Amino acid sequence: MASELILEIVTPFGEIFNEPIVRCTLPGAEGQFQVLKGHAALMSTIEIGSVKIEFADAKPAYAAVSSGFCEIKDNRVKIIVESAEFSGNIDVERAESSKKRAEERLSLKSADFDTDRAKASLMRALNRLKVSNFK
Amino acid sequence: MATLREIRDRISSVTSTQQITKAMKMVAAAKLRRAQENILAFLPYSYELRGMIGHLVALSGDLTEIPLLEKRPVEKVLIVVVTSDRGLCGAFNGNIIRHAVQRIAEYSNREVAVFAVGRKAYEFFSKRDYTVHDHVINIFNHLHFESAADISGRLVALYLAEEFDRIEIIYNEFKSAIQQTLRAEQFLPFVPDEEMEKAGEEIDFIYEPGKEEILNQLIPKHLNVQIWRTLLESNAAEQGARMTAMESATENAQELIERLTIFYNRSRQAAITTEISEIVSGSEALKEN
Repeated sequence: MASELILEIVTPFGEIFNEPIVRCTLPGAEGQFQVLKGHAALMSTIEIGSVKIEFADAKPAYAAVSSGFCEIKDNRVKIIVESAEFSGNIDVERAESSKKRAEERLSLKSADFDTDRAKASLMRALNRLKVSNFK
Repeated sequence: MATLREIRDRISSVTSTQQITKAMKMVAAAKLRRAQENILAFLPYSYELRGMIGHLVALSGDLTEIPLLEKRPVEKVLIVVVTSDRGLCGAFNGNIIRHAVQRIAEYSNREVAVFAVGRKAYEFFSKRDYTVHDHVINIFNHLHFESAADISGRLVALYLAEEFDRIEIIYNEFKSAIQQTLRAEQFLPFVPDEEMEKAGEEIDFIYEPGKEEILNQLIPKHLNVQIWRTLLESNAAEQGARMTAMESATENAQELIERLTIFYNRSRQAAITTEISEIVSGSEALKEN
């Protein structure tokens, strides 16, 4: 069994993170939860939100994630999400423009657009904007 | 016989065509590399999702609660045909469309509709006597995961609304730059493959919210990935096919240029010879007088 807690973040665009950490806080289906070394095996869904990653010798990092899953087993935390961006890498302009686009679509209330999808996209944009302020 | 000027014009026109095919070949090669990188990047994600689905399917006793796994008597079939948006890629689109037409004919006693992905499929099926239920075009130039999620979302909604009882996908899989394999896969109802079934392991997991709920969210995500993979494969295959087609076009143009140049030189030589013989015979005639 691994002696430290390892966090992996996997997205369709590759594995973007794979490092030992001290603890992390995840946006689970039933609220935020924290994972420390020795956590019980768990499978959970992940909601749109932020992941806080705390290291032994560095400042904590924040990542904006969209919905997905996580699996915790043998001190390995795997976060499998459709997108994950670290707070420093978030393209604020792009997030702003997708927020605007989603709001426009919602205000039109036309049948051409799927309102659920516009809502989801608005939530993702707001989440990215929020996380981009975490330092 | 063609005049020298006509041959010269012909040569310069073939040369500029050759420059275009050469450039298209290079562009296709660059795009192919990018498409291949995308395919490699998404593999771990797909692998993890498959692992989780396998695990949950193996451990969940009751799968009837999962609507996407539900098999209904097949009355209405939707066939998703994935082609390219642009031509000039050899037999790439022709093969797909021919196979799709065959497949539709096999379902002759059922209701069949087409979901066209890519301009070529849309143009073919909408101009003929087929039902095109929906189409998505112009996505391959800038391929985004959102496009895949969008298509997959529409398909899932159609299946859940019982508008179709079975959804199949026909696309080209990338084998190598010179080879594509035609693939036809069942998309919905979802069938966990054998590889997935084996992954079920005996570990006491805590499930939040519950196994079935997780599975109900996992399968749509996995389907997004399936479509994403299909689009990436098809895109890579298209670029590969275009690369090969443009390479042979460039070679053919080269051959044509060589033949025309020889013909041009011969004609020029013949013209000179004629001229000389005319001058000589002219001067001979003068001498005699």
